[in-house]
Amino acid sequence: MHEWALAESIITTAVEAAEKKKLKTISEIKISIGELQQIEQDIFEFALGEIIKSQDEKLKNVKTIIITEESKLKCKNCGNKWKFADIKKKLNDDESESIHFIPEVTFVHTRCPKCGSPDFEITSGRGVSITSIKGKR
Amino acid sequence: MEVRVNVIEKRLRNVKRIISVASGKGGVGKSLVASSLALNLSHKGFNIGLFDLDLYGPSSHIILGVKKQNFPEEEKGIIPPKIHGINFMSIIYFTKDKPSPFRGIDISNIIIELLAITQWGPLDYLIIDMPPGIGDETLDVIRLIKKSEFLVVSTPSKVALGAVSKLLKILIELKIPIIGVIENMVITKSSFIENEVDKLDLTYLGTIYFDKNLEESIGKPDKIFKTNFMKDFDKILGEIDL
Repeated sequence: MHEWALAESIITTAVEAAEKKKLKTISEIKISIGELQQIEQDIFEFALGEIIKSQDEKLKNVKTIIITEESKLKCKNCGNKWKFADIKKKLNDDESESIHFIPEVTFVHTRCPKCGSPDFEITSGRGVSITSIKGKR
Repeated sequence: MEVRVNVIEKRLRNVKRIISVASGKGGVGKSLVASSLALNLSHKGFNIGLFDLDLYGPSSHIILGVKKQNFPEEEKGIIPPKIHGINFMSIIYFTKDKPSPFRGIDISNIIIELLAITQWGPLDYLIIDMPPGIGDETLDVIRLIKKSEFLVVSTPSKVALGAVSKLLKILIELKIPIIGVIENMVITKSSFIENEVDKLDLTYLGTIYFDKNLEESIGKPDKIFKTNFMKDFDKILGEIDL
């Protein structure tokens, strides 16, 4: 359940940002999660809920909106573009689980579907970020 | 706004000291020094973490004889498996020891992810086995782990010192604490490295002589304790305030 650790980083960042902006309450946090993280959304939402409960009044009525950012990959060798969903079915359980923990090990366990190169880039769909925070001063 | 970096300090809050074992040069024995430091301090009763940050060529697991590369257990993050009493984290649990062709931005993302999700718990020391050079990993440790100190390893070679001194100079420039320099793999003692370290106003910690029998102990921590390498290293540790 490393989703908990990521959820904790969301709330820590939101609280710090609210303090900087002098917000007394946070009403909404928009969260973007890269598809490569392969987050289990139920667990992530549960963790967010539990962590919010442990916080002070500032987060009492906060609404969290989670958006999954689609993964896009591009080969540096041949220019081919593809999505993680295109190749996911070819991965075995261990490979898929490894990418779930560390998205960048996709360079270890997958290749460009066209030319077989490991030299590709993740143009979108990794990491965890907050795209907006709403609240009242 | 990337969020994972904001939780790193919290993950390391209960770690008393963080020592990055580094060198500007590859092949000088960093991993052996890092693993031996972890084993030595663990043997003395300290609670130790060892983090192999060499993502291209991890080798601490080979030195410690890690046979199983199962995924770490999860509990509000990932829990470093205990290897010979050491809390050990490495990319190998996720690469399964396959080749790892990472570019710079990927290296930084891996370091951020591992630091954000690893629950080290309370430690007396976290030892970081650094890759060679002053690239992404070194810069990320300096950026993300503010309380890290550096223990630098060189060999007696002028070629090694050429790269090692660049690491030392950048650490000095950035005012990063340097515990000192260990001279490893010494066959014939000379004062060259010690003099060069003195010129930088740093501490020369001591000499580890080349141990031709050391290779037989790789992967067998019990045997590493009985090597001349560990005897020399233990003497150095006895003389410095760790």
